[in-house]
Amino acid sequence: MAIMEVVKLTKRFGGLAAVNNVSFDVHEGEILSVIGPNGAGKSTLFKLISSFLPATSGKVVFRGEDITSQKPHVVARKGVIRTFQETTIFRDMTVLDNVVVAHHLHSKASLIGFFLGTRVARDDEAGFRRSAEEIIDFLGIGQMRDEAAKNLPHGHLRALGMAMGMAAAPKILLLDEPFAGMNAEETESALGMVRGIRGRGITVLLVEHDMPAVMKVSDRIVVLNFGEMIAEGAPSEIQENEAVIEAYLGREDEELGI
Amino acid sequence: MTRNRKITLAAVAIALYLIGVPWLCAGRNYYLGVVTTASGLAVICAGVWLIFYIGRINIGQGAFALIGGYAAAIAVTKWGLSFWIAMPFAGLASMLVGMLIGLPLLRLKGVYFSMITLSLTETARLAAQSLKAVTNGPNGILNIPLPGELSIFGVTVIPDFATLNKHRALFYLGAVLLVVTYAVIHRVVNSRLGWLFRSLQQNEDLASSFGVNVPMLRVIAFAICTFFAGVGGAFFVVMQQSIYPATFAVQDSTYFLLYCFIGGLGFVFGPLVGTFILYMGFEVLQGFKEYQPLLYALLMIGVMLWLPNGLLSIRLPKFLPPKTPSRPASGGDI
Ligand SMILES: Nc1ncnc2c1ncn2[C@@H]1O[C@H](COP(=O)(O)OP(=O)(O)OP(=O)(O)O)[C@@H](O)[C@H]1O
Ligand SMILES: [Mg+2]
Repeated sequence: MAIMEVVKLTKRFGGLAAVNNVSFDVHEGEILSVIGPNGAGKSTLFKLISSFLPATSGKVVFRGEDITSQKPHVVARKGVIRTFQETTIFRDMTVLDNVVVAHHLHSKASLIGFFLGTRVARDDEAGFRRSAEEIIDFLGIGQMRDEAAKNLPHGHLRALGMAMGMAAAPKILLLDEPFAGMNAEETESALGMVRGIRGRGITVLLVEHDMPAVMKVSDRIVVLNFGEMIAEGAPSEIQENEAVIEAYLGREDEELGI
Repeated sequence: MTRNRKITLAAVAIALYLIGVPWLCAGRNYYLGVVTTASGLAVICAGVWLIFYIGRINIGQGAFALIGGYAAAIAVTKWGLSFWIAMPFAGLASMLVGMLIGLPLLRLKGVYFSMITLSLTETARLAAQSLKAVTNGPNGILNIPLPGELSIFGVTVIPDFATLNKHRALFYLGAVLLVVTYAVIHRVVNSRLGWLFRSLQQNEDLASSFGVNVPMLRVIAFAICTFFAGVGGAFFVVMQQSIYPATFAVQDSTYFLLYCFIGGLGFVFGPLVGTFILYMGFEVLQGFKEYQPLLYALLMIGVMLWLPNGLLSIRLPKFLPPKTPSRPASGGDI
Protein backbone atom coordinates (compact mmCIF):
# COMPACT_ATOMS: atom_id res chain seq x y z
CA MET A 1 0.00 0.00 0.00
CA ALA A 2 1.37 3.40 -0.93
CA ILE A 3 1.23 5.78 2.01
CA MET A 4 2.64 8.57 -0.13
CA GLU A 5 2.81 9.22 -3.85
CA VAL A 6 5.26 11.69 -5.31
CA VAL A 7 3.90 12.67 -8.71
CA LYS A 8 5.96 14.46 -11.37
CA LEU A 9 7.47 16.68 -8.70
CA THR A 10 9.59 19.53 -10.06
CA LYS A 11 11.49 22.37 -8.44
CA ARG A 12 13.34 24.98 -10.43
CA PHE A 13 15.73 27.54 -8.95
CA GLY A 14 16.00 29.99 -11.82
CA GLY A 15 17.28 27.92 -14.72
CA LEU A 16 18.36 24.99 -12.56
CA ALA A 17 15.95 22.11 -12.16
CA ALA A 18 17.03 20.86 -8.73
CA VAL A 19 14.26 18.26 -8.82
CA ASN A 20 12.94 17.36 -12.23
CA ASN A 21 9.77 15.38 -12.89
CA VAL A 22 10.35 12.87 -10.11
CA SER A 23 7.67 10.24 -9.40
CA PHE A 24 7.73 7.35 -6.94
CA ASP A 25 5.57 5.70 -4.30
CA VAL A 26 6.41 5.24 -0.64
CA HIS A 27 5.03 2.04 0.83
CA GLU A 28 3.70 1.92 4.34
CA GLY A 29 6.22 0.64 6.88
CA GLU A 30 9.25 0.52 4.59
CA ILE A 31 12.66 2.13 4.77
CA LEU A 32 13.07 3.92 1.45
CA SER A 33 16.41 5.55 0.74
CA VAL A 34 17.07 8.39 -1.66
CA ILE A 35 20.66 8.45 -2.90
CA GLY A 36 22.61 10.40 -5.48
CA PRO A 37 25.81 12.43 -5.86
CA ASN A 38 26.23 15.84 -4.16
CA GLY A 39 23.78 18.38 -5.51
CA ALA A 40 21.52 15.70 -6.99
CA GLY A 41 18.48 17.30 -5.38
CA LYS A 42 17.92 14.99 -2.41
CA SER A 43 17.54 17.65 0.25
CA THR A 44 15.41 19.72 -2.08
CA LEU A 45 13.14 16.71 -2.58
CA PHE A 46 12.74 16.41 1.20
CA LYS A 47 11.95 20.10 1.51
CA LEU A 48 9.29 19.76 -1.18
CA ILE A 49 7.71 16.75 0.51
CA SER A 50 7.60 18.53 3.87
CA SER A 51 6.37 21.77 2.22
CA PHE A 52 9.35 23.81 3.39
CA LEU A 53 9.75 24.80 -0.25
CA PRO A 54 6.90 25.35 -2.72
CA ALA A 55 7.01 23.00 -5.70
CA THR A 56 7.23 24.46 -9.20
CA SER A 57 4.94 21.72 -10.46
CA GLY A 58 3.79 18.21 -9.62
CA LYS A 59 2.33 17.06 -6.35
CA VAL A 60 2.78 15.07 -3.18
CA VAL A 61 -0.16 12.93 -2.13
CA PHE A 62 -0.18 11.67 1.43
CA ARG A 63 -2.84 9.08 2.35
CA GLY A 64 -4.96 10.16 -0.55
CA GLU A 65 -4.70 13.87 0.19
CA ASP A 66 -2.77 16.43 -1.85
CA ILE A 67 -0.42 18.12 0.63
CA THR A 68 1.70 20.00 -1.91
CA SER A 69 0.81 23.60 -1.16
CA GLN A 70 0.08 23.31 2.54
CA LYS A 71 2.02 25.13 5.26
CA PRO A 72 4.93 23.19 6.81
CA HIS A 73 3.35 23.02 10.27
CA VAL A 74 0.13 21.69 8.74
CA VAL A 75 1.99 18.96 6.87
CA ALA A 76 3.82 18.12 10.11
CA ARG A 77 0.47 17.82 11.87
CA LYS A 78 -0.65 15.29 9.31
CA GLY A 79 2.30 13.10 10.26
CA VAL A 80 5.07 13.99 7.80
CA ILE A 81 8.08 15.03 9.86
CA ARG A 82 11.46 16.04 8.49
CA THR A 83 14.83 16.28 10.15
CA PHE A 84 17.45 18.65 8.86
CA GLN A 85 20.68 17.86 7.05
CA GLU A 86 22.65 20.23 9.24
CA THR A 87 22.21 18.97 12.75
CA THR A 88 19.37 21.15 13.91
CA ILE A 89 18.33 21.24 17.53
CA PHE A 90 17.34 23.83 20.10
CA ARG A 91 20.90 24.56 21.18
CA ASP A 92 20.26 26.17 24.53
CA MET A 93 17.69 23.68 25.76
CA THR A 94 18.53 20.46 27.54
CA VAL A 95 18.38 17.16 25.69
CA LEU A 96 15.19 16.17 27.48
CA ASP A 97 13.54 19.55 26.84
CA ASN A 98 14.35 19.32 23.14
CA VAL A 99 12.48 16.04 22.93
CA VAL A 100 9.61 17.28 25.11
CA VAL A 101 9.09 20.28 22.82
CA ALA A 102 9.09 18.00 19.80
CA HIS A 103 5.91 16.39 21.19
CA HIS A 104 4.04 19.61 20.55
CA LEU A 105 1.91 18.10 17.79
CA HIS A 106 0.21 15.82 20.24
CA SER A 107 -0.82 18.48 22.65
CA LYS A 108 -4.50 18.35 23.45
CA ALA A 109 -4.58 21.56 25.45
CA SER A 110 -5.26 24.94 23.89
CA LEU A 111 -2.85 27.85 24.21
CA ILE A 112 -5.12 29.36 26.87
CA GLY A 113 -5.05 25.99 28.60
CA PHE A 114 -1.25 26.16 28.69
CA PHE A 115 -1.43 29.61 30.23
CA LEU A 116 -3.96 28.64 32.88
CA GLY A 117 -2.23 25.34 33.57
CA THR A 118 -5.42 23.34 33.16
CA ARG A 119 -5.60 19.66 33.97
CA VAL A 120 -5.35 18.74 30.28
CA ALA A 121 -2.24 20.87 29.87
CA ARG A 122 -0.59 19.33 32.93
CA ASP A 123 -1.45 15.81 31.79
CA ASP A 124 0.04 16.60 28.37
CA GLU A 125 3.17 17.87 29.98
CA ALA A 126 3.62 14.84 32.21
CA GLY A 127 2.88 12.47 29.34
CA PHE A 128 5.37 14.19 27.04
CA ARG A 129 8.04 14.03 29.68
CA ARG A 130 7.53 10.31 30.19
CA SER A 131 7.51 9.66 26.48
CA ALA A 132 10.61 11.83 25.97
CA GLU A 133 12.48 9.91 28.66
CA GLU A 134 11.51 6.65 27.06
CA ILE A 135 12.65 7.79 23.61
CA ILE A 136 16.04 9.08 24.72
CA ASP A 137 16.65 5.84 26.61
CA PHE A 138 15.65 3.91 23.51
CA LEU A 139 18.18 5.85 21.42
CA GLY A 140 20.89 5.55 24.07
CA ILE A 141 21.22 9.20 25.08
CA GLY A 142 19.28 8.90 28.33
CA GLN A 143 22.33 9.60 30.44
CA MET A 144 22.72 13.03 28.78
CA ARG A 145 19.18 14.15 29.52
CA ASP A 146 20.08 17.29 31.46
CA GLU A 147 22.98 18.40 29.26
CA ALA A 148 22.50 21.53 27.18
CA ALA A 149 22.03 20.16 23.67
CA LYS A 150 24.86 22.31 22.28
CA ASN A 151 27.36 20.43 24.46
CA LEU A 152 26.62 17.01 22.97
CA PRO A 153 29.23 15.24 20.86
CA HIS A 154 28.36 14.88 17.20
CA GLY A 155 27.08 11.32 17.21
CA HIS A 156 24.74 12.06 20.09
CA LEU A 157 23.47 15.17 18.34
CA ARG A 158 22.35 13.04 15.42
CA ALA A 159 20.63 10.70 17.84
CA LEU A 160 18.93 13.69 19.43
CA GLY A 161 17.70 14.80 16.01
CA MET A 162 16.19 11.36 15.49
CA ALA A 163 14.72 11.37 19.00
CA MET A 164 12.96 14.63 18.17
CA GLY A 165 11.64 13.13 14.96
CA MET A 166 10.32 10.13 16.87
CA ALA A 167 8.73 12.35 19.51
CA ALA A 168 6.47 13.78 16.86
CA ALA A 169 5.23 10.19 16.34
CA PRO A 170 5.07 10.71 12.60
CA LYS A 171 3.56 8.46 9.97
CA ILE A 172 6.57 9.21 7.78
CA LEU A 173 9.93 10.38 9.11
CA LEU A 174 12.31 12.06 6.66
CA LEU A 175 15.91 11.66 7.80
CA ASP A 176 18.46 13.76 5.90
CA GLU A 177 21.94 12.20 6.24
CA PRO A 178 21.57 10.93 9.80
CA PHE A 179 24.89 9.04 9.64
CA ALA A 180 27.01 11.93 8.36
CA GLY A 181 30.22 12.33 10.33
CA MET A 182 29.80 9.08 12.23
CA ASN A 183 32.46 6.40 12.56
CA ALA A 184 31.69 2.78 11.69
CA GLU A 185 30.68 1.90 15.21
CA GLU A 186 28.38 4.89 15.62
CA THR A 187 26.83 4.20 12.23
CA GLU A 188 26.14 0.63 13.26
CA SER A 189 24.24 1.73 16.34
CA ALA A 190 22.44 4.47 14.36
CA LEU A 191 21.33 1.81 11.87
CA GLY A 192 19.81 -0.01 14.82
CA MET A 193 17.96 3.19 15.73
CA VAL A 194 16.54 3.56 12.23
CA ARG A 195 15.35 -0.03 12.27
CA GLY A 196 13.89 0.55 15.72
CA ILE A 197 11.97 3.57 14.44
CA ARG A 198 10.54 1.51 11.60
CA GLY A 199 9.78 -1.22 14.13
CA ARG A 200 7.39 1.23 15.74
CA GLY A 201 5.37 1.40 12.57
CA ILE A 202 6.95 4.60 11.26
CA THR A 203 7.72 4.71 7.55
CA VAL A 204 11.25 6.02 7.04
CA LEU A 205 12.53 8.06 4.10
CA LEU A 206 16.30 8.27 4.28
CA VAL A 207 18.83 10.41 2.43
CA GLU A 208 22.33 9.07 2.97
CA HIS A 209 25.78 9.00 1.37
CA ASP A 210 27.06 6.08 3.40
CA MET A 211 26.44 3.37 0.77
CA PRO A 212 27.20 0.26 2.83
CA ALA A 213 24.76 1.56 5.45
CA VAL A 214 22.12 2.35 2.84
CA MET A 215 22.45 -1.10 1.26
CA LYS A 216 22.08 -2.77 4.64
CA VAL A 217 19.10 -0.88 5.96
CA SER A 218 16.93 -0.04 2.93
CA ASP A 219 13.99 -2.00 1.61
CA ARG A 220 14.04 0.03 -1.59
CA ILE A 221 16.19 2.78 -3.05
CA VAL A 222 15.46 5.73 -5.31
CA VAL A 223 18.43 7.24 -7.15
CA LEU A 224 18.59 10.89 -8.22
CA ASN A 225 21.15 12.49 -10.51
CA PHE A 226 21.01 16.16 -11.56
CA GLY A 227 17.44 16.32 -10.27
CA GLU A 228 16.22 13.36 -12.32
CA MET A 229 15.25 9.97 -11.00
CA ILE A 230 17.49 7.49 -12.78
CA ALA A 231 16.63 4.28 -10.94
CA GLU A 232 14.35 2.71 -8.39
CA GLY A 233 14.50 -0.74 -6.87
CA ALA A 234 15.80 -3.11 -4.22
CA PRO A 235 19.41 -2.60 -3.00
CA SER A 236 20.66 -5.59 -5.01
CA GLU A 237 19.10 -4.20 -8.22
CA ILE A 238 20.50 -0.72 -7.61
CA GLN A 239 24.02 -2.08 -7.04
CA GLU A 240 23.95 -3.62 -10.50
CA ASN A 241 22.13 -0.82 -12.31
CA GLU A 242 24.22 0.56 -15.21
CA ALA A 243 22.87 4.11 -14.97
CA VAL A 244 23.61 4.26 -11.27
CA ILE A 245 27.15 3.01 -11.68
CA GLU A 246 27.55 5.58 -14.46
CA ALA A 247 26.36 8.39 -12.18
CA TYR A 248 28.83 7.40 -9.51
CA LEU A 249 31.56 6.65 -12.11
CA GLY A 250 35.04 6.63 -10.74
CA ARG A 251 33.75 6.42 -7.22
CA GLU A 252 31.73 3.24 -7.42
CA ASP A 253 34.11 1.18 -5.33
CA GLU A 254 33.84 3.21 -2.15
CA GLU A 255 30.46 4.77 -2.67
CA LEU A 256 28.40 1.85 -3.86
CA GLY A 257 30.26 -0.60 -1.72
CA ILE A 258 30.57 -3.15 -4.47
CA MET B 1 14.05 26.90 44.85
CA THR B 2 10.83 25.09 45.58
CA ARG B 3 7.53 26.44 44.44
CA ASN B 4 6.45 27.41 47.93
CA ARG B 5 9.64 29.28 48.64
CA LYS B 6 9.27 31.18 45.39
CA ILE B 7 5.71 32.19 46.23
CA THR B 8 6.76 33.29 49.71
CA LEU B 9 9.65 35.27 48.29
CA ALA B 10 7.41 36.97 45.75
CA ALA B 11 4.82 37.81 48.43
CA VAL B 12 7.48 39.29 50.69
CA ALA B 13 8.96 41.35 47.84
CA ILE B 14 5.54 42.67 46.86
CA ALA B 15 4.63 43.52 50.45
CA LEU B 16 7.95 45.31 50.97
CA TYR B 17 7.39 47.29 47.79
CA LEU B 18 3.80 48.23 48.65
CA ILE B 19 4.57 49.27 52.22
CA GLY B 20 8.22 50.23 52.04
CA VAL B 21 8.19 52.61 49.09
CA PRO B 22 5.37 54.90 50.30
CA TRP B 23 6.95 54.87 53.75
CA LEU B 24 10.40 55.82 52.45
CA CYS B 25 8.94 58.46 50.16
CA ALA B 26 6.53 59.94 52.74
CA GLY B 27 6.43 63.70 52.20
CA ARG B 28 8.64 63.39 49.12
CA ASN B 29 6.10 63.16 46.37
CA TYR B 30 8.70 63.73 43.72
CA TYR B 31 10.49 60.48 44.56
CA LEU B 32 7.25 58.57 44.87
CA GLY B 33 6.44 59.87 41.38
CA VAL B 34 9.77 58.57 40.09
CA VAL B 35 9.01 55.08 41.37
CA THR B 36 5.50 55.27 39.93
CA THR B 37 6.86 56.29 36.55
CA ALA B 38 9.38 53.44 36.66
CA SER B 39 6.61 50.94 37.34
CA GLY B 40 4.63 52.20 34.33
CA LEU B 41 7.73 52.01 32.13
CA ALA B 42 8.42 48.49 33.38
CA VAL B 43 4.91 47.41 32.33
CA ILE B 44 5.53 48.67 28.79
CA CYS B 45 9.02 47.20 28.81
CA ALA B 46 7.71 43.72 29.64
CA GLY B 47 6.22 43.59 26.15
CA VAL B 48 9.52 44.49 24.52
CA TRP B 49 11.19 41.72 26.50
CA LEU B 50 8.64 39.15 25.34
CA ILE B 51 9.45 39.98 21.73
CA PHE B 52 13.15 39.49 22.48
CA TYR B 53 12.09 36.18 23.93
CA ILE B 54 10.71 34.96 20.61
CA GLY B 55 13.91 36.07 18.92
CA ARG B 56 12.76 39.38 17.47
CA ILE B 57 13.57 42.98 18.31
CA ASN B 58 10.74 45.47 18.67
CA ILE B 59 12.10 49.01 18.42
CA GLY B 60 8.63 50.53 18.16
CA GLN B 61 7.04 49.97 21.55
CA GLY B 62 6.66 53.74 22.03
CA ALA B 63 4.20 53.81 19.14
CA PHE B 64 1.92 51.31 20.85
CA ALA B 65 2.16 53.11 24.18
CA LEU B 66 1.18 56.29 22.35
CA ILE B 67 -1.78 54.57 20.71
CA GLY B 68 -2.92 53.25 24.08
CA GLY B 69 -2.44 56.66 25.64
CA TYR B 70 -4.56 58.40 23.02
CA ALA B 71 -7.18 55.65 23.14
CA ALA B 72 -7.55 56.14 26.89
CA ALA B 73 -7.50 59.93 26.65
CA ILE B 74 -10.17 59.96 23.96
CA ALA B 75 -12.31 57.40 25.74
CA VAL B 76 -12.23 59.43 28.95
CA THR B 77 -12.50 63.00 27.63
CA LYS B 78 -14.60 62.59 24.48
CA TRP B 79 -16.75 59.59 25.28
CA GLY B 80 -16.96 60.20 29.00
CA LEU B 81 -15.99 56.62 29.86
CA SER B 82 -14.63 55.69 33.26
CA PHE B 83 -10.86 55.27 33.38
CA TRP B 84 -11.40 51.73 34.60
CA ILE B 85 -12.99 50.89 31.29
CA ALA B 86 -10.71 53.15 29.28
CA MET B 87 -7.53 51.42 30.49
CA PRO B 88 -8.36 47.89 29.27
CA PHE B 89 -9.87 49.49 26.17
CA ALA B 90 -6.52 51.22 25.55
CA GLY B 91 -4.77 47.86 25.88
CA LEU B 92 -7.14 46.26 23.39
CA ALA B 93 -6.93 49.17 20.95
CA SER B 94 -3.17 49.01 20.97
CA MET B 95 -3.29 45.23 20.64
CA LEU B 96 -5.65 45.45 17.68
CA VAL B 97 -3.33 47.86 15.85
CA GLY B 98 -0.41 45.66 16.87
CA MET B 99 -2.02 42.59 15.37
CA LEU B 100 -3.01 44.38 12.16
CA ILE B 101 0.52 45.66 11.71
CA GLY B 102 2.05 42.47 13.06
CA LEU B 103 0.33 40.04 10.70
CA PRO B 104 2.24 41.21 7.63
CA LEU B 105 5.25 42.62 9.49
CA LEU B 106 6.07 39.52 11.51
CA ARG B 107 6.41 37.52 8.32
CA LEU B 108 9.51 39.51 7.52
CA LYS B 109 12.91 38.26 8.52
CA GLY B 110 14.25 39.51 11.83
CA VAL B 111 16.26 42.47 10.56
CA TYR B 112 13.47 43.85 8.40
CA PHE B 113 11.02 43.53 11.24
CA SER B 114 13.27 45.58 13.50
CA MET B 115 13.89 48.19 10.84
CA ILE B 116 10.22 48.77 10.27
CA THR B 117 9.36 48.88 13.96
CA LEU B 118 12.10 51.49 14.25
CA SER B 119 10.03 53.81 12.09
CA LEU B 120 6.72 53.11 13.86
CA THR B 121 7.22 55.49 16.78
CA GLU B 122 7.93 58.42 14.49
CA THR B 123 4.99 57.46 12.29
CA ALA B 124 2.71 57.39 15.33
CA ARG B 125 3.92 60.79 16.45
CA LEU B 126 3.31 62.32 13.02
CA ALA B 127 -0.12 60.72 12.87
CA ALA B 128 -1.00 62.10 16.30
CA GLN B 129 0.16 65.52 15.15
CA SER B 130 -1.84 65.61 11.95
CA LEU B 131 -5.08 63.87 12.92
CA LYS B 132 -6.24 67.04 14.64
CA ALA B 133 -9.92 66.09 14.74
CA VAL B 134 -9.19 63.05 16.87
CA THR B 135 -6.03 63.91 18.76
CA ASN B 136 -6.19 67.68 18.95
CA GLY B 137 -2.88 67.77 17.06
CA PRO B 138 0.28 69.23 18.63
CA ASN B 139 -1.71 70.83 21.44
CA GLY B 140 -2.41 67.40 22.86
CA ILE B 141 -5.30 66.40 25.07
CA LEU B 142 -5.19 68.14 28.44
CA ASN B 143 -7.09 68.14 31.71
CA ILE B 144 -7.68 64.44 31.70
CA PRO B 145 -9.42 63.62 34.98
CA LEU B 146 -7.95 61.30 37.57
CA PRO B 147 -9.51 57.82 37.82
CA GLY B 148 -12.98 58.04 39.33
CA GLU B 149 -14.69 55.66 41.67
CA LEU B 150 -14.98 52.01 40.67
CA SER B 151 -17.96 50.31 42.21
CA ILE B 152 -19.42 46.91 41.50
CA PHE B 153 -23.07 46.33 42.51
CA GLY B 154 -22.98 49.51 44.53
CA VAL B 155 -19.93 48.45 46.53
CA THR B 156 -16.99 50.80 46.18
CA VAL B 157 -13.99 48.75 45.13
CA ILE B 158 -11.69 51.69 44.37
CA PRO B 159 -12.54 55.16 45.68
CA ASP B 160 -12.37 58.26 43.50
CA PHE B 161 -8.69 59.22 43.23
CA ALA B 162 -9.64 62.87 43.78
CA THR B 163 -10.64 61.99 47.35
CA LEU B 164 -7.30 60.24 48.01
CA ASN B 165 -3.67 61.26 48.24
CA LYS B 166 -3.19 61.41 44.47
CA HIS B 167 0.48 60.47 44.52
CA ARG B 168 -0.07 57.43 46.66
CA ALA B 169 -3.13 56.31 44.77
CA LEU B 170 -1.20 56.46 41.49
CA PHE B 171 1.71 54.64 43.06
CA TYR B 172 -0.59 51.80 44.09
CA LEU B 173 -2.23 51.67 40.67
CA GLY B 174 1.22 51.40 39.08
CA ALA B 175 2.23 48.74 41.58
CA VAL B 176 -0.83 46.63 40.85
CA LEU B 177 -0.26 46.89 37.10
CA LEU B 178 3.37 45.96 37.65
CA VAL B 179 2.54 42.88 39.70
CA VAL B 180 -0.17 41.69 37.32
CA THR B 181 2.02 42.24 34.24
CA TYR B 182 4.96 40.32 35.59
CA ALA B 183 2.76 37.58 37.01
CA VAL B 184 1.29 37.12 33.53
CA ILE B 185 4.68 37.15 31.80
CA HIS B 186 6.11 34.78 34.38
CA ARG B 187 3.21 32.41 33.85
CA VAL B 188 3.51 32.60 30.08
CA VAL B 189 7.21 31.84 30.15
CA ASN B 190 6.88 28.96 32.57
CA SER B 191 3.98 27.31 30.79
CA ARG B 192 4.24 25.37 27.55
CA LEU B 193 3.61 28.64 25.79
CA GLY B 194 7.03 29.67 27.05
CA TRP B 195 8.54 26.50 25.60
CA LEU B 196 7.02 27.31 22.27
CA PHE B 197 8.28 30.89 22.42
CA ARG B 198 11.75 29.62 23.27
CA SER B 199 11.60 27.21 20.37
CA LEU B 200 10.88 30.15 18.05
CA GLN B 201 13.75 32.10 19.55
CA GLN B 202 16.11 29.23 18.89
CA ASN B 203 15.05 27.99 15.49
CA GLU B 204 11.81 28.82 13.75
CA ASP B 205 12.24 26.23 11.01
CA LEU B 206 12.85 23.46 13.46
CA ALA B 207 9.80 24.55 15.45
CA SER B 208 7.56 24.45 12.41
CA SER B 209 8.91 21.03 11.49
CA PHE B 210 7.25 19.83 14.71
CA GLY B 211 3.93 21.31 13.78
CA VAL B 212 4.33 24.58 15.68
CA ASN B 213 2.28 27.28 14.00
CA VAL B 214 5.12 29.78 13.98
CA PRO B 215 3.34 32.77 12.37
CA MET B 216 0.43 32.48 14.78
CA LEU B 217 2.67 32.30 17.84
CA ARG B 218 4.57 35.38 16.73
CA VAL B 219 1.32 37.29 16.42
CA ILE B 220 0.21 36.08 19.86
CA ALA B 221 3.45 37.28 21.40
CA PHE B 222 3.08 40.61 19.63
CA ALA B 223 -0.53 40.90 20.82
CA ILE B 224 0.56 40.43 24.44
CA CYS B 225 3.42 42.87 23.90
CA THR B 226 1.24 45.62 22.45
CA PHE B 227 -1.48 45.07 25.05
CA PHE B 228 1.00 45.92 27.79
CA ALA B 229 2.11 48.96 25.80
CA GLY B 230 -1.48 50.16 25.57
CA VAL B 231 -2.22 49.67 29.25
CA GLY B 232 1.07 51.35 30.18
CA GLY B 233 0.28 54.24 27.84
CA ALA B 234 -3.13 54.69 29.50
CA PHE B 235 -1.44 54.69 32.89
CA PHE B 236 0.90 57.51 31.86
CA VAL B 237 -1.97 59.52 30.49
CA VAL B 238 -3.87 59.40 33.74
CA MET B 239 -0.72 60.01 35.73
CA GLN B 240 0.29 63.10 33.76
CA GLN B 241 -3.35 63.99 33.09
CA SER B 242 -2.35 64.93 29.56
CA ILE B 243 -0.97 63.45 26.35
CA TYR B 244 1.00 64.97 23.47
CA PRO B 245 2.31 63.49 20.22
CA ALA B 246 5.76 63.48 21.82
CA THR B 247 4.71 61.76 25.07
CA PHE B 248 6.45 58.66 23.74
CA ALA B 249 9.34 59.35 21.39
CA VAL B 250 11.81 57.23 19.44
CA GLN B 251 14.22 57.66 22.33
CA ASP B 252 11.77 55.96 24.69
CA SER B 253 11.41 53.05 22.31
CA THR B 254 15.16 52.50 22.28
CA TYR B 255 15.45 52.93 26.06
CA PHE B 256 13.07 49.99 26.47
CA LEU B 257 15.57 47.83 24.62
CA LEU B 258 18.33 49.03 26.88
CA TYR B 259 16.30 48.31 30.02
CA CYS B 260 15.84 44.74 28.81
CA PHE B 261 19.55 44.35 28.02
CA ILE B 262 20.64 45.70 31.40
CA GLY B 263 18.30 43.46 33.35
CA GLY B 264 18.97 40.41 31.19
CA LEU B 265 17.15 39.00 28.18
CA GLY B 266 17.07 35.51 29.65
CA PHE B 267 15.19 36.52 32.79
CA VAL B 268 11.52 37.31 33.18
CA PHE B 269 12.32 40.00 35.73
CA GLY B 270 15.15 41.40 33.63
CA PRO B 271 13.13 44.25 32.15
CA LEU B 272 11.72 45.15 35.57
CA VAL B 273 15.13 45.30 37.21
CA GLY B 274 16.64 47.09 34.20
CA THR B 275 13.92 49.73 34.11
CA PHE B 276 14.02 50.48 37.82
CA ILE B 277 17.79 50.65 38.07
CA LEU B 278 18.35 52.75 34.97
CA TYR B 279 15.37 55.04 35.20
CA MET B 280 15.65 55.67 38.93
CA GLY B 281 19.40 55.93 38.72
CA PHE B 282 19.16 58.80 36.32
CA GLU B 283 16.42 60.57 38.21
CA VAL B 284 18.62 60.48 41.30
CA LEU B 285 21.67 61.71 39.38
CA GLN B 286 19.79 64.72 38.03
CA GLY B 287 23.03 66.56 37.28
CA PHE B 288 23.93 64.09 34.55
CA LYS B 289 20.66 64.48 32.71
CA GLU B 290 22.14 66.16 29.67
CA TYR B 291 24.62 63.33 29.23
CA GLN B 292 21.94 60.68 29.49
CA PRO B 293 22.04 59.43 25.87
CA LEU B 294 25.83 59.29 25.96
CA LEU B 295 25.93 57.48 29.29
CA TYR B 296 23.25 55.07 28.12
CA ALA B 297 25.29 54.28 25.04
CA LEU B 298 28.42 53.65 27.07
CA LEU B 299 26.47 51.55 29.51
CA MET B 300 25.03 49.49 26.69
CA ILE B 301 28.50 48.77 25.31
CA GLY B 302 29.78 47.95 28.78
CA VAL B 303 26.95 45.54 29.50
CA MET B 304 27.40 43.78 26.18
CA LEU B 305 31.12 43.36 26.83
CA TRP B 306 31.17 42.35 30.47
CA LEU B 307 27.67 41.24 31.33
CA PRO B 308 26.20 39.80 28.15
CA ASN B 309 23.39 38.13 30.10
CA GLY B 310 22.43 41.23 32.07
CA LEU B 311 22.52 42.21 35.73
CA LEU B 312 20.42 39.26 36.84
CA SER B 313 23.11 36.88 35.62
CA ILE B 314 25.29 38.02 38.51
CA ARG B 315 24.95 35.39 41.21
CA LEU B 316 26.29 35.34 44.70
CA PRO B 317 28.51 32.28 44.90
CA LYS B 318 27.12 29.40 46.97
CA PHE B 319 24.03 31.39 47.80
CA LEU B 320 22.08 30.53 44.69
CA PRO B 321 23.15 28.00 42.09
CA PRO B 322 24.25 29.62 38.84
CA LYS B 323 21.79 29.39 36.04
CA THR B 324 22.50 29.56 32.37
CA PRO B 325 19.79 31.68 30.83
CA SER B 326 18.58 30.99 27.35
CA ARG B 327 19.60 33.92 25.23
CA PRO B 328 17.87 34.76 22.00
CA ALA B 329 19.78 33.59 19.00
CA SER B 330 19.45 35.70 15.90
CA GLY B 331 16.05 35.03 14.39
CA GLY B 332 15.91 31.97 12.16
CA ASP B 333 15.63 32.53 8.47
CA ILE B 334 14.07 30.95 5.32
N1 LIG C 1 17.53 27.71 -2.22
C1 LIG C 1 18.21 27.40 -3.33
N2 LIG C 1 18.41 28.31 -4.31
C2 LIG C 1 19.09 28.00 -5.43
N3 LIG C 1 19.62 26.79 -5.68
C3 LIG C 1 19.48 25.83 -4.75
C4 LIG C 1 18.77 26.09 -3.52
N4 LIG C 1 18.77 24.95 -2.79
C5 LIG C 1 19.45 24.03 -3.51
N5 LIG C 1 19.87 24.55 -4.68
C6 LIG C 1 20.61 23.83 -5.73
O1 LIG C 1 19.85 22.72 -6.09
C7 LIG C 1 20.70 21.60 -6.32
C8 LIG C 1 20.28 20.45 -5.44
O2 LIG C 1 20.58 20.76 -4.08
P1 LIG C 1 20.29 19.78 -2.88
O3 LIG C 1 20.67 20.47 -1.63
O4 LIG C 1 18.91 19.29 -2.99
O5 LIG C 1 21.31 18.59 -3.18
P2 LIG C 1 21.61 17.28 -2.34
O6 LIG C 1 21.33 16.16 -3.22
O7 LIG C 1 20.92 17.34 -1.03
O8 LIG C 1 23.17 17.42 -2.13
P3 LIG C 1 24.09 16.96 -0.89
O9 LIG C 1 24.31 15.51 -1.07
O10 LIG C 1 25.34 17.74 -1.09
O11 LIG C 1 23.36 17.31 0.36
C9 LIG C 1 22.12 22.08 -6.07
O12 LIG C 1 22.69 22.40 -7.31
C10 LIG C 1 21.94 23.31 -5.23
O13 LIG C 1 22.97 24.23 -5.46
MG1 LIG D 1 21.48 17.46 0.91
